Amino acid sequence: MNGFGNKKCEYLYLMSFHIQRMPAPIRLRELIRTIRTARTQAEEREMIQKECAAIRSSFREEDNTYRCRNVAKLLYMHMLGYPAHFGQLECLKLIASQKFTDKRIGYLGAMLLLDERQDVHLLMTNCIKNDLNHSTQFVQGLALCTLGCMGSSEMCRDLAGEVEKLLKTSNSYLRKKAALCAVHVIRKVPELMEMFLPATKNLLNEKNHGVLHTSVVLLTEMCERSPDMLAHFRKLVPQLVRILKNLIMSGYSPEHDVSGISDPFLQVRILRLLRILGRNDDDSSEAMNDILAQVATNTETSKNVGNAILYETVLTIMDIKSESGLRVLAINILGRFLLNNDKNIRYVALTSLLKTVQTDHNAVQRHRSTIVDCLKDLDVSIKRRAMELSFALVNGNNIRGMMKELLYFLDSCEPEFKADFCLNFLITTVIIANTCFHCYVFLGVTAGSYVRDDAVPNLIQLITNSVEMHAYTVQRLYKAILGDYSQQPLVQVAAWCIGEYGDLLVSGQCEEEEPIQVTEDEVLDILESVLISNMSTSVTRGYALTAIMKLSTRFTCTVNRIKKVVSIYGSSIDVELQQRAVEYNALFKKYDHMRSALLERMPVMEKVTTNGPTEIVQTNGETEPAPLETKPPPSGPQPTSQANDLLDLLGGNDITPVIPTAPTSKPASAGGELLDLLGDINLTGAPATAPTPAPVPQISQPSFLLDGLSSQPLFNDIASGIPSITAYSKNGLKIEFTFERSNTNPSVTVITIQASNSTELDMTDFVFQAAVPKTFQLQLLSPSSSIVPAFNTGTITQVIKVLNPQKQQLRMRIKLTYNHKGSAMQDLAEVNNFPPQSWQ
Amino acid sequence: MIKFFLMVNKQGQTRLSKYYEHVDINKRTLLETEVIKSCLSRSNEQCSFIEYKDFKLIYRQYAALFIVVGVNDTENEMAIYEFIHNFVEVLDEYFSRVSELDVSFFSAVPAVHGGESAEPIDELPKMCSAREPQEACSVSTPVC
Repeated sequence: MNGFGNKKCEYLYLMSFHIQRMPAPIRLRELIRTIRTARTQAEEREMIQKECAAIRSSFREEDNTYRCRNVAKLLYMHMLGYPAHFGQLECLKLIASQKFTDKRIGYLGAMLLLDERQDVHLLMTNCIKNDLNHSTQFVQGLALCTLGCMGSSEMCRDLAGEVEKLLKTSNSYLRKKAALCAVHVIRKVPELMEMFLPATKNLLNEKNHGVLHTSVVLLTEMCERSPDMLAHFRKLVPQLVRILKNLIMSGYSPEHDVSGISDPFLQVRILRLLRILGRNDDDSSEAMNDILAQVATNTETSKNVGNAILYETVLTIMDIKSESGLRVLAINILGRFLLNNDKNIRYVALTSLLKTVQTDHNAVQRHRSTIVDCLKDLDVSIKRRAMELSFALVNGNNIRGMMKELLYFLDSCEPEFKADFCLNFLITTVIIANTCFHCYVFLGVTAGSYVRDDAVPNLIQLITNSVEMHAYTVQRLYKAILGDYSQQPLVQVAAWCIGEYGDLLVSGQCEEEEPIQVTEDEVLDILESVLISNMSTSVTRGYALTAIMKLSTRFTCTVNRIKKVVSIYGSSIDVELQQRAVEYNALFKKYDHMRSALLERMPVMEKVTTNGPTEIVQTNGETEPAPLETKPPPSGPQPTSQANDLLDLLGGNDITPVIPTAPTSKPASAGGELLDLLGDINLTGAPATAPTPAPVPQISQPSFLLDGLSSQPLFNDIASGIPSITAYSKNGLKIEFTFERSNTNPSVTVITIQASNSTELDMTDFVFQAAVPKTFQLQLLSPSSSIVPAFNTGTITQVIKVLNPQKQQLRMRIKLTYNHKGSAMQDLAEVNNFPPQSWQ
Repeated sequence: MIKFFLMVNKQGQTRLSKYYEHVDINKRTLLETEVIKSCLSRSNEQCSFIEYKDFKLIYRQYAALFIVVGVNDTENEMAIYEFIHNFVEVLDEYFSRVSELDVSFFSAVPAVHGGESAEPIDELPKMCSAREPQEACSVSTPVC
């Protein structure tokens, strides 16, 4: 009795305390219910803020009983998007607690709120370490989960040993978690990969699918990261094949069944690992052939699951060195997918076909009509895929039909496609046929702003090459920008053309269309408005200014106006424009005699490989590749001849990457005399005493081969042992060539010349120039000096880099100019005694 | 690799989100709204895979709830599609006739672990309930 009375007093006593304190924090469910009743965002925010305040004060009171609940609520609010960083330390306290419920929420909170950017996360390391050795497997599991989710590199380094130990345990629950944790550790600290190697030995012997699955993931990760591991794990292929076989052959197993297929997820994983192991390896690929064929034929395709497996199988077949029968099977499966009604499957089929079109082109061609139909699909993803695939399939045979479809597609597709479309279009047609010119101009006019900037040089090059179309082109482009000059790429091309072919425009020579009557002033008007317009970018303005300058040699009546315009821009704020204008001004004043030569018509450029997405030269199913010659401008400017040219070019798809001659007119001016002397040989040199040349618009050609040359450090990868030669020895001047070949790029020969002077007087203003036959490319670097001291007391060194892709015999003509004994000397010589090792 | 796993309802409210790579909190809400916008604008006939920035989104609609998984290029989209369904089936099995409301209470996503893979869905009950750990439930399918 007394006890009971005492208890009652005690109870009342305690209750009084509780009443004074905060009410117990609400449960998570109630919070969620409350938030769901909020009708507006503001209301919700209010509720959340109130609750946050309550939680914060509860945290301050260090309340152990309700901490778990509060953190759970905090996590929910965090998920909704509200800041919850003040809960981080609380999570740590929960992790340190002994109760499982606390630990659970604590670890969850750590995974969601903490990451390696917060310093507090390191405090967890010790807790995790203890929990990894806990007696209850679920606590160990929690720790593994958390480490595998957000462990930083330091934590991983510290705890990797524990993880590895757990990987070897017999408890399958822990084993699979440890495997995933190991994946994370390897991602964070790749050097620790070797540590896990011994544990992987028995991983595949497990019966438990969970462990199998995670082991395969671990093996995949290791193989992807390290080629040594890859080689090591190749011996596992038979075992993997066996597991896969069991999966397929085994009967219904309720544990692993998904829509009638036994553990499809594991099957997909194994297939992916087989793909990685079989890549580039004949033996492994052979071992897999049977099982892949079996999977491909036996899998049920009525449900999505089966199709997922088939998809993975197809990807694997295409990637490994499978036999041709298997590849055909794979493509047929893809073809079947394409005809399927389910969008997902079609999308997936198009994606895979895109990957395989390079290698199995003919097989994919068979499905061309279906692919083209997909262009009309409603779905954006499918349309994009179909477009890319269609471009890949275009070849000389089907270009007519395909282009029609594609242009129709262009009209109806969404704007975000247009840019990609145009780039692809240009590249494809450049490779296939240097014509279809009307298409271009049409394209440029309709989709001008969507064309990417790097398409401009390509288009310009094409225009130069279609000589008979110049008049038509310039007229069409002029009309296009007459009303609207906001589309930058279009304006750039138009400005360039007007600058080049302005004379044709004014003379009204167009044969394709009704020639328009344009006066010189009108042309200058439009160019000037482009210059002034706010919509023009700096690049466009540069184009316009140079075009105006070029017209000074092509127009007759308006030269004064041009002079005026150019001089105005000499004080432009835009530095580029100002420089150009000043130099052009100089051209008018001091170097007027050079002006016409400098500004004459651009020569026809040789074909380039573009630097677009399709860098690989595609033969697109053509036969008889023949090296493509530079076509001389065909006579008779008929559009029908274009079609005939198409047929001519059909055989010539094997484009040798010939860099165009750098389209500067520098050689044309300063080296005009040289050209005469050197005849048909390409001249590239560094005429040190030439006047500052006007910056003729450099088409930014993708001269990537030469770029590669210049960026290579000089004496890298020396293939030594090539004898040096005396290239020239006359009048006391001796020039020696020493050679180096690059191991990385066997078509490059680096020649170092050394010029020495055995006479008793110095040779000053020494200039060395070299020319090579057309099939070579030459790059001359700056000489060490321009004075060859007397009595062989010193030498001038200069480096020449020669690109010899066709490995032809090296020949060179050199020209030397210098001052000696008060008179100017000049000499020409041919160097023929190159040792075979320098060019073979 | 799985980048994120979202459950969003038609009004754009996030019911569940799990990110396997760090994304700033304000970027998350942005991401979620954009993702749900692109999913909502699709019709039934369109395919379930969307290309969004440098992810691929694979989504599935269940009544008023969208489950969206963002993956990188290397994943098999159809396998993920199947995984989503599997996940929902398990939830259904465990919570018996799961609805959107129930999902809100479900605050842990242990099935997808570290952006990669699988642990058997049978762990779900253990993770989310305060009860004693129980035996694996009948649908203990390993998930990838």
